[in-house]
Amino acid sequence: MTPPSGFTAGTAAPPTGQGGAAPRAVAAKAPDPGEERRRARRSRRYRWDIKYSPYAFVAPFFLFFAVFGLFPLLYTGWASLHRVELTDPTHMEWAGWHNYSRLWDDEFFWNALQNTFTIGVISTVPQLLMALGLAHLLNYKLRGSMFFRVAILTPYATSVAAATLVFVLLFGRDYGMINWALGLVGIDNIDWQNGTWTSQLAVSAIVIWRWTGYNALIYLAAMQAVPSDLYESAALDGASRWQQFLHVTIPSLRPTILFTIVVSTIGATQLFGEPLLFNGGAGASGGPDHQYQTLGLYLYEQGWTNLHLGRASAIAWTMFLILLLIAAANAIVARRLRKSQ
Amino acid sequence: MFRSSGTYRRRAVTLAAVATLGAGLLAGCADDGDDETGSSGGGKGGNKGGTTITVGTFGVFGYKQAGLYDEYMKLHPDINIEETSIERNENYYPQLLTHLGAGSGLADIQAIEIANITEITTTQADKFVDLSKAPGVKKDNWLSWKWAQATTKDGRTIGLGTDIGPMAICYRKDLFQQAGLPTDRDKVAKLWAGDWNKYIETGKQYMKKAPGDTAFVDSAGGVYNAVISSNAKRYYDESGKVIYKDSPAVKEAWNLATTASEDKLTAKLQQFQKSWDQAYSNGKFATVSCPPWMLGHIKEKAGDKAKDKWDVAAAPKPGNWGGSFIGVPKASKHQEEAMKLAAWLTAPEQQAKLFEKQASWPSAQAAYSLPTVADAKHPYFGNAPIGKIFAEAAKGIPTQVLGPKDQIIGSNIADIGLLQVDQQGKSPKDAWKAATKTIDNALDQ
Repeated sequence: MTPPSGFTAGTAAPPTGQGGAAPRAVAAKAPDPGEERRRARRSRRYRWDIKYSPYAFVAPFFLFFAVFGLFPLLYTGWASLHRVELTDPTHMEWAGWHNYSRLWDDEFFWNALQNTFTIGVISTVPQLLMALGLAHLLNYKLRGSMFFRVAILTPYATSVAAATLVFVLLFGRDYGMINWALGLVGIDNIDWQNGTWTSQLAVSAIVIWRWTGYNALIYLAAMQAVPSDLYESAALDGASRWQQFLHVTIPSLRPTILFTIVVSTIGATQLFGEPLLFNGGAGASGGPDHQYQTLGLYLYEQGWTNLHLGRASAIAWTMFLILLLIAAANAIVARRLRKSQ
Repeated sequence: MFRSSGTYRRRAVTLAAVATLGAGLLAGCADDGDDETGSSGGGKGGNKGGTTITVGTFGVFGYKQAGLYDEYMKLHPDINIEETSIERNENYYPQLLTHLGAGSGLADIQAIEIANITEITTTQADKFVDLSKAPGVKKDNWLSWKWAQATTKDGRTIGLGTDIGPMAICYRKDLFQQAGLPTDRDKVAKLWAGDWNKYIETGKQYMKKAPGDTAFVDSAGGVYNAVISSNAKRYYDESGKVIYKDSPAVKEAWNLATTASEDKLTAKLQQFQKSWDQAYSNGKFATVSCPPWMLGHIKEKAGDKAKDKWDVAAAPKPGNWGGSFIGVPKASKHQEEAMKLAAWLTAPEQQAKLFEKQASWPSAQAAYSLPTVADAKHPYFGNAPIGKIFAEAAKGIPTQVLGPKDQIIGSNIADIGLLQVDQQGKSPKDAWKAATKTIDNALDQ
């Protein structure tokens, strides 16, 4: 609020000296009702300015959020209670909870949920552990530490599509580099894409490759904020490097670790691009046995391949509820942790 | 006074800025290409005035590449043509449906793939202009089944046929020779003429003396697709009922494809995947079903080292794979001009030009007698007379009964069922069950 008043004070000064002084003097002597009113209006406006302008300034975000976030969310909820087809999206037929209740008996939904969970675990756990280790290494005084820091962030900067295409080639059955390398040590060709575990490992590998560096940098930033006297006193007590890591670094990183877990969990629940492209453009089925079809892929298949918008909306809302559950669980764990400290 | 007028001015400026931004945003949402009309006279087209017609396609239609737009603009100096293309139909089609539903965002001419044409004619026909009486459109130019596919029950034709995909068999002469099979394209065609079973028999013969670790055919899905495409009744009956579970054609195609896989005739690939392209390059299979548009793909992926090794022979039974239509949405602001352009682009002469430059096989039978089509030979495939071979196949294509969900049924049988047999080694019975489960889940609304 300060800049406008400062600005007007500067520009308003010269006129006051010439002609502006007269009315003001008059106003002081005999209160002119018109001037009074004007003043009251002005001060009212000023009060409103102070009171409401901040809302106006933050309004654009909320406006955009309402249009592009809240409205789609609510509309999706509304659509999920209807039978809607993409061939005629304006024609909605009330279906009640049917779209949700059928998910309960839908083996493809449960399969997708299970895949999302297993891929989530085998991608998130190693990823965060590796990130922690990498951050610890980068925290040492290294020659060219800047280079390494930038280098581990480069996978994050590549596009999902490009990375996945390369991984599809690497994991190829007949001409893939990984099978070639395994062949050198006498292991037969593995059909990565067709096995349940192998395909999920392969998809997880893409996720791990892309996100480890990102998480490592977050950990690194948190590690550098750990006061060094903690390490010094630990060293004086005779703690080894490993013990220092275990008893000083990890506890100091707790909130950061929790943050990365939350973010990775959300990412894992919404996993979409990697499994879609891992199928090499053959649709959102997630392999012939749906062996790597995640919830995101199943939603996409229902909505954009099978054109059932209502069912897809129900899946979207179920995913949203699952995320809320996870968030609640996280909050409880976080509170427990804080209490135990 | 000045104090407040100063703030007023600032505020007015801010408000104006916000209003402009807001208006810009709204305009961005609202305007969908109708702002390039003649009245502004110029703008994008430099000194060109006149009407801009937009064309929305998927993949490569080749109109631009074959210079047809330029030619039309030269003939009609007051017309500008702009094409936007989305690479894959899986992404293009849902977007087209969304735009049709909203009544905005549509181009003046929209392409429709054959797999979607029945769904469009049954559910979206009221959103398209009837092209049957458009100036320059002659029904008899087209193959009758192609015309019928885009015509509604009440006789409105909402799409004009562009290309079709009559199928032949592309085969490797060198591999055939090493396996002790004939290499001359007429003799090869005779090996299996008239019966897909004979094609599989030839495969068994090939595998007895197969050179190296090559296979007879690329994939079980490819065999299935070729067999099913040569049948008239597939997934729907004439009344529009889904009959794929009991359809004799599906049964025949499924049995042949699973036999091919279980007898190890296939290279266990999936078409249009990277590994499929790599197998072309490494010469890992001897035959593949190929419509004309596939020839370019083979040439590109098999590369120079396979030059003169591939050839084209007639398929056991003629079938159709692929092809498209172009239609004019009623939401178009330039319906008249768009109809004229659509009629011109699909006229036999232009279809022949498109075949010459882009190997899109004409759906206009009138084009088959034009010399650019009739005398066409393909140098990469040992100068095979592709004009003759594909024209022959095109004439034999059965009038297929199509249904709105043909694509979902067909692709799930191939990508779920047959892949389970071919790549995961499951029994055909289990695989069929898995495929039907997926299809039932997809069709059930």
